[in-house]
Order: sequence, then structure tokens, then C-alpha cells
Amino acid sequence: MGKPMKIRAAVKEGVTEVKILMQHDMETGLRKEADGTLVPAWFITEVKVQYQGRAVLEAQFGQSISKNPYLMFHFNGGSAGEKVSISWVDNKGDSRSDEATITG
Amino acid sequence: MSKEIDLGRRRAITTGGGMGLLALFGGVGLFRPSDALAEWNKTAFTSKAMDEALGSLGAASPEDNSVFIQLTVPEIAENGAVVPVSVASSLPNVEQISIMVDKNPNVLAAVFSIPQGTGAMVTTRVKMGKTANVVALVKADGKFYRTAKEVKVTAGGCGG
Repeated sequence: MGKPMKIRAAVKEGVTEVKILMQHDMETGLRKEADGTLVPAWFITEVKVQYQGRAVLEAQFGQSISKNPYLMFHFNGGSAGEKVSISWVDNKGDSRSDEATITG
Repeated sequence: MSKEIDLGRRRAITTGGGMGLLALFGGVGLFRPSDALAEWNKTAFTSKAMDEALGSLGAASPEDNSVFIQLTVPEIAENGAVVPVSVASSLPNVEQISIMVDKNPNVLAAVFSIPQGTGAMVTTRVKMGKTANVVALVKADGKFYRTAKEVKVTAGGCGG
């Protein structure tokens, strides 16, 4: 199970802005340890953000996304007190899901 | 229930393991068949060259230097490991936004699907091995548009 995400969702004038910070090493598979051994690729491949049971953003990532991936976007709608849920899977099949409450 | 678990299993096979967790994940209902994202585009994400990546995304000849895309990147990145990239578009009906780094070993960094009701704007952070062009590719009304900006990297982010 991955480490918890930090999520901030805030609604302003009918638009909800979502900021997500995932915790993941995002290994490219090209980095070497001090002794020269290659660190295997290990990175988030898919992210999905849901609001009221529908996807408001879906992403596919490659190795070029920075360690501890950050995402910001916005969608129409949302009210204070409602939830957004975010989930990711990585190339080793690990996953993580977290929820956040929209603030006004 | 069984349908969701089956989906979890299928995903687990394509991503290579972690079946138990994914079955659980599917059970939670976050990845449902009805709105599941297309499978991770392995061909596109393992592309070593820009043309190859564009081809894999079905964007062989995008309209270049698009004024309809606002790509925000730093001119100089002191740390190539964390380069903020923001892409926005004024085009109507934006369906997809992709970010590429033309000199990275794997050029495609991310593909975002933008459903209706979601703003045509995403911000994230990418790794850059050296000075390169960051490319924003936007699909709107089935057509592709592209713009690029150079980012000078003083310390690479794909360390060895």
C-alpha cells in the first residue's frame, strides 16, 4: 500500500480547485546505486480523480514525472463538505486511494 | 462484485503484479469498467523520440506553435529533478493534454484525459535530464495542437 496523499480541494465561485501531492519515489529505471547496480523502474502509471462517482480527471504518467508527483487542476461544480477521491496505481501493481473534503 | 474483481485482475496482469491489492481496489469501486481509463499506453510512454511518441498518441502531425495553448515553464531550471509545468488551452472541447520532454530517454511524461466540466488546465512537475524543449500537446474536437518552450537545465534530474 502506498503512502497517503496530501489533497486540498477548495470551491470558489462554482469551480473546485484540486491540488494533490502523491508520495512515490518515481524511479526511472535509469538511476544507479553507488555500487553501480541499476534501480528498477518503479513509478505511478495511472491516476484518477472522482467526484460524485464520475471521473473529473484521469492521468497516465511516465518515468519523467518528478518524485512525489504534484497535480493541480479544476472542475466545474462542487460544494463545501462534499468529497473528492483520488486513486493511483503504479507499474508494480501497488495502489493508493485517498479522499478529501471540499472546503468553501 | 465479480466483474469488478475481474477488472482488477486484468489491470494487475498488465501492470505486472499486486493482484490482491488491485482486486481489493477494484472492489472499492474506484476503477469501474464503465469509466475506466484506456490501458496505460506503453508504446507511447516508452517512445525514445518525439515523432514516435506523437505517432503512438495518434497525433502524427499536430498544428504547431499553437497560440491556443499556454505553456508555462521556467526559463532556467536549477534542479532538473523538479521542473514545474503548467498547460492551459483556450480551445473549446479540450479532450486531452499531454506533456513531453524532447531530450529525455522516454519523451512522454504525462497524458491527461479532460472530461467535460473539467478545466483545460493542468499543472504538474517533470524531471529533465538536460536542457530540452518541454512540449505541450492538446487534443480538442479530435484535432491535435502543439507548442514548445525550451528550459535550460543547470543540474540534471535523471541522476546516475
